Amino acid sequence: MNGGRLPTAEFEVEEVERAARTAELGQDRQAEPDMLRILDPEGRLADGMTAGIAGELVDFAPYLSTSDAPHLLSLYRDMYLVRRFDQESTALQRQGQLALWVPLTGQEAAQIGSGRAMEAQDYAFPTYREHGVALTRGVELSEILRLFRGVTNGGWDPRERNFHLYTLVLAAQSLHAVGYAMGIQRDQLADPSLPQAASVAYFGDGASSEGDIHESMVFAASFDAPVVFFCQNNQWAISVPSTVQTRVPLAKRAEGYGFPGVRVDGNDVLAVEAVTRWALEHARTGRGPVLIEAYTYRMSAHTTADDPTKYRLSGDEQEWRTRDPLARLETYLRSAGLADDAFFEGLADEARVMASDLRAAVLSMTAPDLESRFAAVYAEPHPLVQEELRFFQQYESGFADEGKHA
Amino acid sequence: MATMTIARAINEGLRASLANDPKTLLMGEDIGELGGVYRVTDGLKKDFGAMRVVDSPLAESGIIGTAIGLALRGYRPICEIQFDGFVFPGFNQITTQLAKLRTRSDGMLSAPVVIRIPYGGGIGSVEHHSESPEALFAHTAGLRIITPSNPQDAYWMIQQAVSCEDPVIVFEPKRRYWLKGEVDTGAPVGDPFTAHVLRRGTDATVVAYGPLVPVALAAAAAAEEDGRSVEVIDLRSISPIDFDTVTESVTRTGRLIVAHEAPTFGGIGGEIAARISERAFLSLEAPVIRVGGFHMPYPVARVEEQYLPDIDRILEALDRAFAY
Repeated sequence: MNGGRLPTAEFEVEEVERAARTAELGQDRQAEPDMLRILDPEGRLADGMTAGIAGELVDFAPYLSTSDAPHLLSLYRDMYLVRRFDQESTALQRQGQLALWVPLTGQEAAQIGSGRAMEAQDYAFPTYREHGVALTRGVELSEILRLFRGVTNGGWDPRERNFHLYTLVLAAQSLHAVGYAMGIQRDQLADPSLPQAASVAYFGDGASSEGDIHESMVFAASFDAPVVFFCQNNQWAISVPSTVQTRVPLAKRAEGYGFPGVRVDGNDVLAVEAVTRWALEHARTGRGPVLIEAYTYRMSAHTTADDPTKYRLSGDEQEWRTRDPLARLETYLRSAGLADDAFFEGLADEARVMASDLRAAVLSMTAPDLESRFAAVYAEPHPLVQEELRFFQQYESGFADEGKHA
Repeated sequence: MATMTIARAINEGLRASLANDPKTLLMGEDIGELGGVYRVTDGLKKDFGAMRVVDSPLAESGIIGTAIGLALRGYRPICEIQFDGFVFPGFNQITTQLAKLRTRSDGMLSAPVVIRIPYGGGIGSVEHHSESPEALFAHTAGLRIITPSNPQDAYWMIQQAVSCEDPVIVFEPKRRYWLKGEVDTGAPVGDPFTAHVLRRGTDATVVAYGPLVPVALAAAAAAEEDGRSVEVIDLRSISPIDFDTVTESVTRTGRLIVAHEAPTFGGIGGEIAARISERAFLSLEAPVIRVGGFHMPYPVARVEEQYLPDIDRILEALDRAFAY
């Protein structure tokens, strides 16, 4: 399979001696709730998708794109390109061109599905792993690498893409998403002709333990803010399994806040897209927030500084590899006669060009002058910053004869 | 001109901000129906509605974090933290998010969020209700910090904070909330990030801010009876600090005392002492002396009068400066 030809985990996994302990930690204390799915790991498409949510039977038929062949191909394309982007970025980090890389392999369906569900007027607040969502929002992938190259802490203008900057302090962005949604509410009160919109707060199973997640859900519920909480439960917060973060399925937490929670197969791009479309509509139309738990797996390391062989079993990784989000869609596309070898080969060619362009873009990124950083601290003139800038310029000019001071 | 308390002046200033800009809104605990535990926002919810005067859930990180999101959507949120010692659940949002948003976005985004914090002691209260944590925020680049000491400044500085494109923390001297003074609603006080010389003198300078400004003025009056002419500067802005005004004063007087309620160690007084020693070393007749809190958690109410800098503590510092 084409998706399978791409290595999914960078590390060759070995059995570790602490297998017994890991198995104990990893034993699923989370009672399996209904997990929404339309495309199973074998690539078989179900007839439909319905669920009882908050006491209501929801039929996801209006939100499913299963009969839109060009759309299905474009979903696969996005997932394929972002996995290739991930691999190229990992390679760039290994070659010393990036300070760090945060892989997303395994989470393509959760990210592309949710990202493609958004409308232009919606606004996403990512963590630092949402490269797939970035792609769907039209962010240039090379712009993401500026952060990891160390030339900026941002990388793009969030207002142009309705995609906020990566936030590295866990869960902080969740409150920003709720506040932004509260702003949308007020804008629509002032001007009902504005297109209905919602914000999306991305976070993970690890961040779900942070207090800011709790506070953001309390605020969102209290004010019926048009926000969708999108949790990618990738099973691991670096080395700690999700069972340490929660004793109940994360989606069930929504009930305690008084809004709907849904667990969806995070490796089923069609189900994720449909559920997110439904949740966004729910939020946009004044019915309040929704929590989506996309149940997925981080097939690679937490970051390029991580070593998953120290804390998890290769057996688990192998098991999840059979649920690869790209492989199952490829199987379906082939079996339904929607895509042939030519399609996948063409995509591989496109990805090769993208990777090559990406590499060139990274190598051409230049460091900003420290001098320029003085101007970005405050919006209005600040005497201390001005004084220190003058000192810095004077100090640097002392090295003028020797060329640039290192 | 009208006579009003500092609390009333802030209320009127907030009212003016809400009236002038539909994008402003207030958020905080108990600020709506109750009008705030100090009644600073009294009547504003009734006049501007629940969408603009928001009784928030009891969660400080939530207040600051959602304010950042509102600012990203074009709003100008004015947050109230109920007491100084309760700001810390919001410290993460203030220091890692609010302060850094502009730098993180390479100057593309602004975060015009105002955070009002009643601060300082002298009210006989319980733990966490009497603290002066301003230095913890002053150390964080990206924030501005101001503190009015009189109704005229209070009325104008809160409005200037709201119109500033940068995040501004307004430390309000809670034990002076009922201090009365004249407010000229037609005459803005000028740049809020500058110090004001409140009393001219020739022999020594006392710099104070917020709740200690009346104490410094009283100490200067007492010193005059001993034949010492003491200049008093109300710092008004803690970040940035108007070092020009302080330096100019010290080059004339040769002696500098800095007084604040916060502990002296690692405090604003130390920063001023260091800067003045760099800028006016040869003008100094004596080391810069700090008058402030001791290196202990704020003490219990029954002994706070001994802890808080008072007129005598400033006079004692002046004695040392003159004896040097």
